Amino acid sequence: MNHRTRFVSLAAAAVLTMAAIAPAAAQVEEYPRNETLYTSGTQWGAPSDWNPITDWNYAMGTFGLVYEPLFDYDPLTNEYLPWLAESGEWTSDNEYTIKLRDGVTWADGEALTADDVVYTIELGKLPQVPYSGIWNFLDSVEAVDDLTVKVTFSSPQHQQWGNFIYNRPVLPEHIWSQKTEEEIMGANGPDPAPIGTGPYQYLTHDPSRMVWQKRDGWWGTEALGLDPKPTYIVDIVNGSNNVALGLVLQGGLDLSNNFLPGVATLVDGGYGIHTYYPEPPYMLSANTAWLAMNTTEQPLDDPAFRKALATSIDVPTIVNVVYGNIVKAADPTGLLPTWEQFVDQDVVDQLGFSYDTAAAAQMLADAGYVDVDGDGFVENKDGSPIDLETIVPNGWTDWMESIRVVADSAGQAGIKIHTAFPDYNARTDQIHSGNFDLAIVNDKQLSNTPWDYYNYMFRLPILDSQNTDNFARYENPEAFDLVQQLDLTPVDDIEGMKAITSQLQTISLTDLPIIPLWYNGAWAQMSDAVWTNWPSDEGNHYIPVTWGGYWQMGGMRWLDALELAATE
Amino acid sequence: MRRYFARKLLFYLVTFFVAVTIDWLIPRFAPGDPVTSMISRVAAQPEAAAAMMDYFNGTFGLDVPIWQQYLNFWTSLLQGDLGVSIWLFPQPVTRVIMDALPYTLALLVPAVLLAFWAGNKFGAFAARKRWLDGAVLPLGYILTATPYMWLAILLAWLLGSVWQVFPIAGAYGFNLAPAFTFQFAGSLLQHWFLPFLSLFLVGFGGWAIGMRNLIIYELDADYSRYLSSLGAPDKLIRSYAYKNARLPQLTGLALQLGVIVTGALVTEVVFSYPGLGWYSYQAIINQDYFLLQGIFLFVVIGVLLANFVIDLVYVMVDPRVRLGMEGG
Repeated sequence: MNHRTRFVSLAAAAVLTMAAIAPAAAQVEEYPRNETLYTSGTQWGAPSDWNPITDWNYAMGTFGLVYEPLFDYDPLTNEYLPWLAESGEWTSDNEYTIKLRDGVTWADGEALTADDVVYTIELGKLPQVPYSGIWNFLDSVEAVDDLTVKVTFSSPQHQQWGNFIYNRPVLPEHIWSQKTEEEIMGANGPDPAPIGTGPYQYLTHDPSRMVWQKRDGWWGTEALGLDPKPTYIVDIVNGSNNVALGLVLQGGLDLSNNFLPGVATLVDGGYGIHTYYPEPPYMLSANTAWLAMNTTEQPLDDPAFRKALATSIDVPTIVNVVYGNIVKAADPTGLLPTWEQFVDQDVVDQLGFSYDTAAAAQMLADAGYVDVDGDGFVENKDGSPIDLETIVPNGWTDWMESIRVVADSAGQAGIKIHTAFPDYNARTDQIHSGNFDLAIVNDKQLSNTPWDYYNYMFRLPILDSQNTDNFARYENPEAFDLVQQLDLTPVDDIEGMKAITSQLQTISLTDLPIIPLWYNGAWAQMSDAVWTNWPSDEGNHYIPVTWGGYWQMGGMRWLDALELAATE
Repeated sequence: MRRYFARKLLFYLVTFFVAVTIDWLIPRFAPGDPVTSMISRVAAQPEAAAAMMDYFNGTFGLDVPIWQQYLNFWTSLLQGDLGVSIWLFPQPVTRVIMDALPYTLALLVPAVLLAFWAGNKFGAFAARKRWLDGAVLPLGYILTATPYMWLAILLAWLLGSVWQVFPIAGAYGFNLAPAFTFQFAGSLLQHWFLPFLSLFLVGFGGWAIGMRNLIIYELDADYSRYLSSLGAPDKLIRSYAYKNARLPQLTGLALQLGVIVTGALVTEVVFSYPGLGWYSYQAIINQDYFLLQGIFLFVVIGVLLANFVIDLVYVMVDPRVRLGMEGG
């Protein structure tokens, strides 16, 4: 092939490639840097789904930027801010009345009415919808007038309802009532033009990014005085860690919600990156990492053994060395720092545990575990050897290191633990089916109520396959009774809740069905290259996280607070 | 000649069938299943989780016995329906693959062809002079032994982070939308260059060494010595040697294709380049049966097609085969 043919064919290939990649050209060709917010850390795959019902899968911001909830919840102050709802109150023991805000319109111009809320709640009657559980305690829902909704409960589960009103989006009835059941679950293909009440709309996407554009006519600007500053929000699909880190350092990424090991050095080293706290633990706490123990087998069925195990684990090393101080050691109750008011310090002082190898060894001896064969590790009371396997997903390097620390430190006290790293699906399968000894789990995120955590710990009945809670398979009917009582306590009855949580803590610290280790952070690395006035401990107390479930916890407010950095 | 190609075709079809069946089987034997892991990411109550699992198992056709799933697979395949991705629910698999295919082709085809051509030329050139040979040989060995992702990370760090000459992620700038502009084309090229370079360099080393060895062997053959004793110009002898040395290289290319595709996979992961390799890696991790089957189908077809093309080229290039077929 001579040179000319080669050049022509290369050029033709280039044009064809571009033609294949360029879809119907979007109106905007380049996003001005000072109007664009680049984020990352949420999308693990190409944006493929804009359906807020498939809530494990929708593109970053679908719920939050486009679809909105009735209330916005602030975990740092434990307040429900009226959002699409103007107010919501318990008009009787079993009735909750929602008054919607007047003048809110959907992106297609239709008005938000009570019918939309009724439709959204009734959609829960489909068993495959993630929030179908609410119909276990709801009786009916009806639209009293255009802006008022009355919800009648068969059992007033206050805490779960408090979760529903901020954690679920309101759907447009005039569009969704036309959908078939398959379309509702997103099975008929994705809908890249989601219509919501929120300030952003879909602009474009491709396998490596999701682009939202601000739209006019958002109700919040007038009603709440909020104006999200970026015109474009470009969410970049997660690649490898080096990519996220490189982009943040280059100023190409404004907010990274990735877990970047070693970020503490960068924050201290003057690279223009900062985190919520300027010093350890650097990050707000987002969820608790627990050591789940299979309490159906010996010796883990013995609370004294579990207590000894908890006392033998070197959490300080995990926090300092494995995580470089970007996580926080967990309180013995396992409750996140935002639920500090529910921690009964007296109970913790009396029954709590902390890292102490000698004490752990003593507890083992007191409980009757002795080292029969002299190998340095204790045996079961019936003489059989103890060798517990701890599993974490392969590739989750921080957890892999953590369980090595767990195994080492437990070994110092005399408990033999070995580590294993099956791949994620295999590990999840093992946990659900109860074929494990020890595992690290962190399923429950920051939410409006510690009921979430206690339900996770104590839920009954135990099924063959435990898919969501109580992986430890711990049976304590008294505890679960208390959990259900907690659910029936109003969310603003703090004293009432504290009375119950204190009892629950007594149980959890005596029996220790699951051991809280550390709090994972709401990873957030922010760059000052283009935007400033980010949330921080010294500044605005919001949570700068784009993950699903976090936009409705104050997201709009930090978007509004952003300012452009002074240009040179 | 027709019989030759008919036999080849049959062989490829059988290979295709076996390869696709194995690909279909293996993810299903891994522990765990994709629907459970998908549902485990939902914050739902157990009853809702159970209902969702039932629903999605039904949607994905995973609730029928395994032999029936296999038959369903072939029936839909022959109708051109590759199913819906589980990990990228609810995107159809065909759509995902079509989005990723241009990037992979843009990366693989130039890298393979250029590395082959340039490597061979350079290897032949190096076989001429001893001093050049001494420099090229170790360099070639180092390059060909370098793992693809190590070279990719090295290039990303050096040229991307330290010198900031090239970007290190994505297919085109995050501030651009696709359009027929020079700016967009430029951004595409900029993002393409480093992944291309890492694939090119490793291949280049391999071909250079191979060609250099073959040329030296050919130059030592009887016909070369005879020609040179007759006083033929160096250039003529070298061009004959080159033509002979090309043939084993072509066969080598056919064998290398699988390795190169794997190399492209890790390179794409390092650069977050949205090609088939990156998707297949994610599909494996997430046990997305349908996406994995679909991508693998394309890879198998691509590799078999490429083999077929190389067979054709071989026939054209080697007169002995052509004559043999016409005669027999």
